[in-house]
Amino acid sequence: MKKKQKSIWVFGDYRNYYQNRVTLQLISKAVDLARVIAAEVCAVVVGHDIEEWIMEYTAHGADRILAIDHPSLTSYSTEHYLALMERLAGERDPDIILIGATDFGREFAPRLAKRLKTGLSADCVGLDITSEGLLKQIAPSFGGNMLAEIVTEKHRPQMATVRPGTFREIPHNYERTAIVERLPLPVNLPASRVRVVEYERAAQKGHTIENATVIVCGGRGMGNKKNFKKLDELARLLGGDVGATRPVVYAGWAEHDALVGQAGKHIKPKILFSFGISGAIQHTAGLGEADFIVAINKNPQATMMKMADVAIAADASDLLNNLIKELKKRIRD
Amino acid sequence: MLNIVVCIKQVPMVTELPWDEKTGTLRRDLAAGMMNPACKRAVEAALQIKEKQDASITVITMGPPAAEEVLREALAMGADRGILICDRMLKGSDTYATSFVLAEAIKKESTDCDLILCGAYTSDSETAQVGPQLAEELSVPAAAYVENLDISGRMLRVRRLVDHFRETLEMECPALVTISMERYEPRYASFAGLNKSFMERDIAVLDAEVLGLTAASLEARGSRTKVRRVFIRKAQKGNVMITGAAANAVGEFLDKYQRRISAVIGKSIEAKNQT
Repeated sequence: MKKKQKSIWVFGDYRNYYQNRVTLQLISKAVDLARVIAAEVCAVVVGHDIEEWIMEYTAHGADRILAIDHPSLTSYSTEHYLALMERLAGERDPDIILIGATDFGREFAPRLAKRLKTGLSADCVGLDITSEGLLKQIAPSFGGNMLAEIVTEKHRPQMATVRPGTFREIPHNYERTAIVERLPLPVNLPASRVRVVEYERAAQKGHTIENATVIVCGGRGMGNKKNFKKLDELARLLGGDVGATRPVVYAGWAEHDALVGQAGKHIKPKILFSFGISGAIQHTAGLGEADFIVAINKNPQATMMKMADVAIAADASDLLNNLIKELKKRIRD
Repeated sequence: MLNIVVCIKQVPMVTELPWDEKTGTLRRDLAAGMMNPACKRAVEAALQIKEKQDASITVITMGPPAAEEVLREALAMGADRGILICDRMLKGSDTYATSFVLAEAIKKESTDCDLILCGAYTSDSETAQVGPQLAEELSVPAAAYVENLDISGRMLRVRRLVDHFRETLEMECPALVTISMERYEPRYASFAGLNKSFMERDIAVLDAEVLGLTAASLEARGSRTKVRRVFIRKAQKGNVMITGAAANAVGEFLDKYQRRISAVIGKSIEAKNQT
């Protein structure tokens, strides 16, 4: 009997394609995993006017595209997408489904996992696979500087979400081809119980912290809100943005928008300054691709200091004031 | 009357728990517990509904006996009833199992429930999975990361900002909503209220048997994932350490890395006497 072709699926989350490359990053990781178990990489694209995404996912490494194009799928609908994915996965039985941990993905993936009666790990920072096809999901674990290796032993598909910026996409190659299966919208798709009353793109800042080349991050070691606010001045001098850890956001020193880490933004600056941050995994999970890290902390043993290229053992606020003063003297356009 | 269930969780107060190198486990015993911040906002959202209309608020948590504290805090804030799901069999449940057990408790204790609220995510694990999975278990419509909710008759209207899209959604009750950290600044529980809730109020405790859960049903509908090992992330860099007075440290740092920084920011910060 012919063995079933193994398959690794990536859910096509294209809503913020030009800011958010997570689907391409997942296709790239899926290509790595597929090599080990001789699987094909399949991207699922549902929506309306989706030719561009079909082309992009093909160019970035997908072997097969499952596409459902219909005007009723014009705006994102969690319930419609769930019903479609539940049906497709039920019919075709993929080995693995990877989903980007966007806001949409973080709501969609757990519900899909529940419908498929399988396990799901959130915000994986690493994925590996055994030759038997067991997906080793490395995810931040509660309580600090720890990672957990999570597996779904008995149930299939194996599912994981991954934050944008965790993996690197494969450069595009528009010569590549993929098998594109254009599927009809099922006729008996249940109506969504959630009605979209309004749906509009929110005004965005000119640049987002995800794309900043210099980021000045602060944590509780800054002492108080007033000291924390001085990070703005350093960011301004360096043409960068300010990021914050969760305790600082909860304390109201910074907006939620500035949160860097597992529940916030993943950043990839050329230079990252880290002031008064101990380095809990919930924060460091967001620093995957920082080129050059400068950490300032009173405690030279802090995890953040060990992760840094340059670790300055000093009071964070005191050092910040001195750095601002010195930079003002030195900066010339 | 509107029946509201709020699912809450007790989390450690500190983000970094001491780690026992010998046993490879967290020293959870050293952590004081608190109500997860987003859960507290969910309680607040329920209380604000109750201020406008006739409503009853049931708070439910699953956890060790000590988790009863967060229920009492919610009672002191103004909730009407507290339920603790507590059983050794449920220890180590993943989100798949937790949402199953919570759903069983809600079906048993609050059959006519109209609205289920959860915190969008917890500060200890941050998976944000239990709320959406609970919606699946209860077969109700749902929205995550909600900033604001209004209820009129049976119709629930919610607003949220997801992936740079501002959405207003409507769904009919019963429905489930997870509350983000944007609004619903929680009220303080008064000392008198806390005192009363700890001294006088009853907390219902449900164990697996009361919920009709057996080893077999937990095997069939329980945890899907398994943590094979937990390890400390290897520090990757750790190259240069600068110490000393702040002013001197800044000088040493800038002198050493001025070229690199100048190149990135597109402005020279090289000391004048060196150019």
